[in-house]
Amino acid sequence: MKAATFPRGGVHPADKKELSKNKKIERLPLPSELVVSMSQHLGAPATSLKKKGDRVERGELIGQASAFISADVHSPVDGTVKDVIKVQLASGAVADALVIEVDSEQTKEFDKVYPWEDLEREDIQKAIKEYGIVGMGGATFPTNVKFQIPLGKKVEYLVINGAECEPYLTCDYRLMIEKGEEVLEGALIAAKAIEPEHIIVGIENNKKDAIEALEKIVRDKNLPILIQPLKKKYPQGDEKQLLKATIKREIPSGKLPLDIGAVVCNLGTAYAIYEAIKLHKPLIERVVTITGEAINEPKNVIAPIGTRIRDLIEYAGGVKDDMAELISGGPMMGFGIADMDIPIVKGSGGVLAIPFLINDKNQFACVSCGKCVQHCPIGLQPNKMFRNIKYGNYAVAINEYSLMDCKECGCCAYSCPSHLPLVQAFKMGKKMGRQLKK
Amino acid sequence: MTTVRTSPHIHGPLSTNKAMLWVIIALLPSTLWGCFVFGWYALLVVVVSIGSALLAEYLLGLIYHEFTLRDLSAVVTGLLVGMNMPPHVPIYIPILASVFAIAVAKWTFGGLGSNWMNPALAGRVFVFFSFTSQMSTFVLPRTLLSSADILSRASYANHINADVFSGATPLSLLKSGLSMGMTGNNQFYMLNGRPVTAFAERIGGALHINPFAVDAFFGNTAGCIGEVSACLLICGAIFLLIMKVINWRIPVVYIGSFAILTWIFGGIPYERGFFSGELLLPIFSGGLMLGALFMATDWVTTPTTPWGEVIFAVGCGFFTFLIRYFGSLPEGVSLAIILMNIVTPTIDRYVKVRKFGYVKPSKKEKKRVEAKA
Repeated sequence: MKAATFPRGGVHPADKKELSKNKKIERLPLPSELVVSMSQHLGAPATSLKKKGDRVERGELIGQASAFISADVHSPVDGTVKDVIKVQLASGAVADALVIEVDSEQTKEFDKVYPWEDLEREDIQKAIKEYGIVGMGGATFPTNVKFQIPLGKKVEYLVINGAECEPYLTCDYRLMIEKGEEVLEGALIAAKAIEPEHIIVGIENNKKDAIEALEKIVRDKNLPILIQPLKKKYPQGDEKQLLKATIKREIPSGKLPLDIGAVVCNLGTAYAIYEAIKLHKPLIERVVTITGEAINEPKNVIAPIGTRIRDLIEYAGGVKDDMAELISGGPMMGFGIADMDIPIVKGSGGVLAIPFLINDKNQFACVSCGKCVQHCPIGLQPNKMFRNIKYGNYAVAINEYSLMDCKECGCCAYSCPSHLPLVQAFKMGKKMGRQLKK
Repeated sequence: MTTVRTSPHIHGPLSTNKAMLWVIIALLPSTLWGCFVFGWYALLVVVVSIGSALLAEYLLGLIYHEFTLRDLSAVVTGLLVGMNMPPHVPIYIPILASVFAIAVAKWTFGGLGSNWMNPALAGRVFVFFSFTSQMSTFVLPRTLLSSADILSRASYANHINADVFSGATPLSLLKSGLSMGMTGNNQFYMLNGRPVTAFAERIGGALHINPFAVDAFFGNTAGCIGEVSACLLICGAIFLLIMKVINWRIPVVYIGSFAILTWIFGGIPYERGFFSGELLLPIFSGGLMLGALFMATDWVTTPTTPWGEVIFAVGCGFFTFLIRYFGSLPEGVSLAIILMNIVTPTIDRYVKVRKFGYVKPSKKEKKRVEAKA
C-alpha cells in the first residue's frame, strides 16, 4: 500500500530509533518505593482515597476522578502508603502524590482472561472509565471522555496512532512487534465502544517490520482493520496531521476530531484497553523507552506508574559522564528535567539522556528566511508571532496570528537557522495571553 | 550536571552563519571563472570589495558594540558587490559600493535581518547611477580574444582599433541596435559587433540556436565579473538547493515569468510581432542568473510565505522584462529586484498562509453571516 503523509510543513529529524529498536520489552524489577501522582492525566487531579499508613493492593482504586475531565488512579503494587507529598512532575505541574512502599511479595497477577464479545457498548465505556484509561501518547486525555459520542455525531473512522514520529522513542514499535495481536484486539474493543465504520492503524514506514507484522495478523485473522503506512515525517503523530494523512480531512481551529467524524486513539491506549477489558487490569503500568546516546544500555521496559526516573536509569545501566540533558519524552516535545527523583506518569513514553545541547552561540537576529512559515504544519507565521511576543504585543500574536493554534511541535525552532527560542516564546506568549484575559 | 531547556532539544543542520558559508561556496566557481577570463585585476576588484565590506562592518560594530563578522553576511555582501562590478572598473568604485551597502543599506536599519533592501544590490545601484560610464564599460573575456577565428572575421576586424579590449555586453549591443532602428532577427546584427568562439558556433549550428546564447551560457561573454558564466551560477544554485538554503520558487518563477513575457512580447520592439521573442540569449546573458539565483533569493529581503515568494518573483520577472525591453537601460535585474524588495513588507503583511483546517466560507454562508450582522 502506498505510504501517505500530510502535505504541508513538517521536518525530518534523524530518528535514532536504532538505539533501542531491537531491545525486547523487559519487566522492570519492582523498585522499593513508588511515587504515584494524583495528576496522571489531563484535567482535574484525582481525589486521593488513602492516608498515610493505609494498606494498598495491586489494582485497587486509590484516586477517584474528581470532575468530568479527570480519571481514576489505581495502585500499581501491593504495599503501604508511607507518605503523602507534593511532587513536581516533568511537565512542571505540581500535584499530590502517594509514596507507596512496595511489599516484597506481590499477590495479584491479572492472568485470567474474560471474554468481551458479549459486552454491550455501555459496559465497555464504563469499564474504560473504571480502569482509569487515558491517552498514552503524552496528552493523557481521559479516554472515556473521548469515547462519549454526543447524540447526532457519527464516528466514521477510528484511527489508531502508531506513527511514533518522535525520534528515539520505540515503545509503540515494540508493542506492535511483540503484542501485535493484543493491540489489534484492543482496537476492536475500542471499536465496539464507539462503533466506527472503518478502523485504520497509521504507522510510519521507518517501522517496516511492524507494518508487516500487523498486516500479517490482519490477513490471517481476517480483521476489519486497515494498516496504513505513512511516510516518515515529524509531527505525523499529532492527531491533526495523522487525520490529514490517513483520512484526508482537516480539523478546523478549535474543533475536535469528532467534528470531522473521527476518533484518534494511541496504540498504547489500545493495548491498555485490551488489558482493561480482557484481563480486568487497570492502567497501572506502561512501556517506557529508556534511550539516548548518554544511556549505557538503552532499553524498553514495562514499568509501574510512579517509578522514579532514577530507578529506570539505573536499570538501564546508568548514564554516561557526557550527559548534557535529561528529557522526559521525545527530543522534539519532551520536557527537560532537573530532578531524577520525579516519577513517571501514564503519559511518559520515554526517558532520554542526550550528550549534546543546541548551541546557543549560533543565535542570530531573525533573518526572515521564512523557514518557520514553510515548516509549520498548521500554517502559522512563527516569525511574526515571535516578533510580537518579543515586544510584548501578546494580544496581536493571539488575535491576528492565531498563537493559540500553535501546538508547540517545535518544527519552527528545529528549522530556524538563527536558532531563535521560538517554542519558548510561544509558551510564554500563551501564558501571558491567558493572564491578560483574566 | 544537566541543563534544563525548553523543547525542542535537537536542531536541524542549518544555521545562519553556515548558510552564509554555503552561499559563499556556491558563488565561488562563477567568481573564479570571472577572475580567470578577465585577468588579475578582476580578482583585485573582488578582494577589495570583500575587504572594504568587512572593514565597514567591523568599524560600525565598534560604534554599535556589536561584533557581527562571525555571521559572514558581510563577506557575502562584499562578494556580491565584487561580482557585480565590470572587470576594469576604477578601484574606488567597488570600495564605495561596499561601504554604501554595509553602512547605509544595512546598518542604518539595524544590521543583519533588519534591512529592507538587498545591501549588495543597493551598493551596485548606487555606484551605477553615480558612475554610469565607468560602470558600463566592459571588456571581452580572454577566451574570446584568444580564439583564432575572430581576427579572420572581416566585419569584426574592421572594428579593431585602439581599444581592442573593450566589448559591449550582448544586452547593451541589442539595446544600441534597437536605438539604431534594427529590426528582424538580431543574430546577424550581433555577428557584426561581436566574436563568438568556434565551439559555440559548432554547438549553435548543430542545435539551431543562437551561438551567442551558447557562449553566454558557458561564460564566454562580456559582462560583470560574476555574472558571465550562467552554467557555473546554476551549479552553485543547485548546491544551495541541496543544502536547503534556498527553495526553487523564486528562481524558477522569476526566470519563468521573465521567459514567458519575453517570448510573448519580446519581439515587439524589433517589429516581429507577438510570440517571437528570442529566449536563450536574454535568459543567459546579463545579470539575470546571478540576480534570480542569488540576489532575489536573499532571505532578509524576500517574502516569507510561499505565495508571497511567487508574487515577489513574478514582480521581479515583470520589471526585469519591462526595463530591458522598454526602458532606456540595457540591464534591469538589479532595479527590478530592488523595486520588489520595497514591496516585500507589504506582500508579507497581506499574503498569509492558509491555516490548517480553514475553509473559505461559501457565498451562502457569507450572506448568512452578513444578514446576522
